[in-house]
Amino acid sequence: MTQVTLAELCIFAASEAFRGNGEMVATGVGPVPRLGASLAKLTHSPELMMTDGECYLVEQPVPIGPRAYDDRKPAGHLPFSRFFDSAVWTGRRHAMVTPTQIDRFGQINLSYMGGTYQQPKTQMLGVRGFPGNTIYHPNSFFFPAHSPRVFVAGEVDMISGAGYNPAKRVAGGNYSAIDLRRIVTNLCVMDFGGSENAMRVISLHNGVTFDEVQEATGFELELAEDVGETPLPGAEALAIIASLDPHNIRESVIRDNPPALRG
Amino acid sequence: MMLDKRMSAAEMVAQIKDGMTVGIGGWGPRRKPMALVRELMRSDVKDLTVVAYGGADVGMLCAAGKVKKLVFAFVSLDAIPLEPWFRKARESGKLEVLEVDEGMFQWGLKAAAFQLPFLPTRVGLGTDLAELGGLKTVQSPYADGETLIAMPALKLDVALIHVNRSDWRGNVQVFGPDVYYDEWFAKAAAKTYISCEEMVDRMEDHYPEQAQANLFERCFVSGVVEMPCGAHPSSMPPHYGWDMKAFKAYAGAAKDPGDWDAVKDRFVGASEAQYLESNGGKEAVAALPLPIF
Repeated sequence: MTQVTLAELCIFAASEAFRGNGEMVATGVGPVPRLGASLAKLTHSPELMMTDGECYLVEQPVPIGPRAYDDRKPAGHLPFSRFFDSAVWTGRRHAMVTPTQIDRFGQINLSYMGGTYQQPKTQMLGVRGFPGNTIYHPNSFFFPAHSPRVFVAGEVDMISGAGYNPAKRVAGGNYSAIDLRRIVTNLCVMDFGGSENAMRVISLHNGVTFDEVQEATGFELELAEDVGETPLPGAEALAIIASLDPHNIRESVIRDNPPALRG
Repeated sequence: MMLDKRMSAAEMVAQIKDGMTVGIGGWGPRRKPMALVRELMRSDVKDLTVVAYGGADVGMLCAAGKVKKLVFAFVSLDAIPLEPWFRKARESGKLEVLEVDEGMFQWGLKAAAFQLPFLPTRVGLGTDLAELGGLKTVQSPYADGETLIAMPALKLDVALIHVNRSDWRGNVQVFGPDVYYDEWFAKAAAKTYISCEEMVDRMEDHYPEQAQANLFERCFVSGVVEMPCGAHPSSMPPHYGWDMKAFKAYAGAAKDPGDWDAVKDRFVGASEAQYLESNGGKEAVAALPLPIF
């Protein structure tokens, strides 16, 4: 049997973020989050809703990568033209995304790095839907390369998604739906269950120490009391992952495609 | 009242004056009225405020120095996530911007459509958007007293939209799996100019059974022109997919040579006929497979 890869472990960990979410639209942006959401739907949480990556709701998750255009079997329709009324502003969605930066408050950045609003040093995508996603529905994150350049000291350069920063609260604003769930990285799984929503390591991948994670993070992390090793996917999960990713796109997600067991 | 709204792309662009606010329909590399954008690129118009879910439309208008201000939530070509010409314009510091969330953006179009000064939203709270963009808050006058961001109306002087079909009077039919916010661009604009893949004289004589595809009513249409392949290189389902080869060439040119004037003939052309010809002609565009996500 071939070795389980770290990417497959991350997909398995990502699927856990969607466990028991109910009838919500599970959106995974990028191969690992998308495979994680699809794996969740095909295993422990069939009630999840998801799209084909475009605008049709499918009950059978669609494999990633090249395939025939009509391979999807639409069971419903969720176009962008009604995405905000149906999924985002109603809170009926859980997205797992990969921002360029995240800080200790869970504030995220996808807009620009360095410079100013008028003249950014490095322009990226723009805030996209992050402001609405974060104020209205649950969000989780995946980072393939855990480092202080991603988990930044201080605050992110441009706050594109709301987090738990008390200084960013306007009096009378309703922040009750800010709900940051899991962070899956190439080193560990974290949540925001620390004191005052501090980021907290809840499981370490095989062979990884807390010190190593802390070293790769620009701010202080907490460690959950019952921290354990991130579970490996079993044969059933691996088979589903392989069927959802027939072109093995997952092997290109984490640098050098390392095995899950550091050995 | 002229019910026959046929006009040429050049006549449409002639209605766009320096300093106007122009909304462009579609989304990223999908359903963009690129033939009309190319016609705009061939004109001398400048100092525009452009309002778009941006793709190459925004990138090339920025590259040509036609944009004074951009209202956006993203600019992207999907498979090429970062639009390189837009990046250059941003990093030069010469572009004024209002950056908003994707949902706030359509909310601003709806405010304009409903002739309201703004619509309230929670979106933007807890982020840098309000401070950077000068967005104000309002307080609910009801018992909850909630503080909300007032998303200003995105009033458009002109909207440009590419649709599947229209008749001479502007009765459009719009197909494809997702029509994005084209309806709201049309309703937010003082004048909306439509290009279409197929033009008919009277819609009721040709496609009455598909009247439900009439995404917005003809009172929101000021002019129509038939421009088959008019979304190229963006996708226009069900007719054709995006032309990723063309997008790659366009994106690559931002690095080498990196000078818009040196490459604009390739991506705009002297005329639409010449542009299409240099991209393999209508048959080649029609054969582009629909994108898979």
